[in-house]
Amino acid sequence: MCVSSRRSSLKVFDMDVTRDQRKIKNLMGVVPQENNLDIDFSVYKNLYVYSRYFDIPKRKAEKRINELLDFVQLNEKKDTMTDLLSGGMKRRLILARALVNEPRLLILDEPTVGLDPQSRHVMWDKLRSLKKQGVTIVMTTHYLEEAAQLCDRLVIMDYGNILVEGSPSSIIKEYIGTDIVEAENTPEVIACLEKSNAMYEQAGDMVQIYTNDPHDITEHLFSECRLGKITARAATLEDVFLKLTGRKLRE
Amino acid sequence: MMSYFALPDITPRVLKVWMRNRDVFMTTLTVNFLPPLVEPILYLFALGFGLGNYINEIEGVPYTKFIAPALISVSMMFAGFYECTFGSYVRMYYQKTFDAIIATPLNIDEVIAGELLWGATRGVINASIILPILSIFGLAVYPHSLLVIPFAFLAGLMFSCIAMCFTAITPNINSLTYPSILLITPMFLFSGTFFPLSLLPETVQTIALAILPLAHIVIVVRSLMSGIIEASLLLNIAWMLGATLLVFLLSINLMKKRLIV
Repeated sequence: MCVSSRRSSLKVFDMDVTRDQRKIKNLMGVVPQENNLDIDFSVYKNLYVYSRYFDIPKRKAEKRINELLDFVQLNEKKDTMTDLLSGGMKRRLILARALVNEPRLLILDEPTVGLDPQSRHVMWDKLRSLKKQGVTIVMTTHYLEEAAQLCDRLVIMDYGNILVEGSPSSIIKEYIGTDIVEAENTPEVIACLEKSNAMYEQAGDMVQIYTNDPHDITEHLFSECRLGKITARAATLEDVFLKLTGRKLRE
Repeated sequence: MMSYFALPDITPRVLKVWMRNRDVFMTTLTVNFLPPLVEPILYLFALGFGLGNYINEIEGVPYTKFIAPALISVSMMFAGFYECTFGSYVRMYYQKTFDAIIATPLNIDEVIAGELLWGATRGVINASIILPILSIFGLAVYPHSLLVIPFAFLAGLMFSCIAMCFTAITPNINSLTYPSILLITPMFLFSGTFFPLSLLPETVQTIALAILPLAHIVIVVRSLMSGIIEASLLLNIAWMLGATLLVFLLSINLMKKRLIV
């Protein structure tokens, strides 16, 4: 844990992070973005060596590790060396490792980056069930679907500043509405939209219209604006994100 | 300046890091035993029994007996130095092992101290492998020679700490070749190892003893293995203890500066 800010203070479970670092880390599990498993050890040994750092007695650790291996569905890979695991298995093992000390707070940095859809859904299931058990989860992700699926409270940040804060659904409703209607981006359509006071945004050769009533607006657009192709879909966090942070590449 | 020698925040949890490295060592046991087993035998045959044929005696002893203590000393140096340069660098940079550990109640001071302890232990392991071999050839006097084993811990620790200072400041793994070739190799040859320091001009001798850690190790081990123990050894050991304390503190503080921005 790295705390560098001198002006502000950070407290976890009412403990100061600079003073009570050990106590806090004892109650915490971390899933880093980069896999840092011990390639010299098997799956089981990775968890066992890690449990030693928390001073967990051997018996208790062995029991806990077997439970965790079941939980992340890696029991069959118990004796496999970690560099032979697939990407999804490695992430699940890291999740299990972060849970050896039965943390009350779990911190995840991009938990599913680079995973196939199946592995991602397994990971999501695990995180949901941890949430149900009462573990507080703090995670960063740039997969907005992931944020929408998992988070009760969400903060969108850009260049270190908080842009919005709230539950995924309330944020979508507040910034976009329930739905998005997409039409071709032509001068006529824009002129028509301007006339009818619609909330819209141009995105390349498409124009996106934000609405709470997609039926109404499509009907209106068809009758008034003589549109070609139109699609309507539910608004997502991604729409909010792009609306707030713009479409320019950030490099 | 003081911040380079600040006292580290260390608890017995250091042993957990030591145990991690021990466990890795145990998984690749056979290959780990090979270098300390084979290298001294090769040197002993090539230099001792080969070249040694042309040398009558050095400082009153046969050449094999003269170089035997040097072979153990050099192995202690290599053990500590390579464990805490290339070994630690790989764990720190490529395997991110340190990052994984400091997410637990351990802190970075303890991780580095654990690495240093392990480097020292490698010194002890090497000494324990080589001493019996040399004894087979009648090159060690007992029971004095047994003291070489605990002494190897101090020698190994000193070189582990020196190594860790370089690991803390090296920009990349290749640059670790600089201390290896510019410091360790000359030390290997010019620390009274294969020819006595007394051959060198007096000023050079003094400088060698002042700055070459290995020279002190060789003096102590040579004296232990020959069974002639003099009070002046305490000076060599005192020099080593002082130097080790300094590089121990320095290496941990340098590492903290590198890893915690």
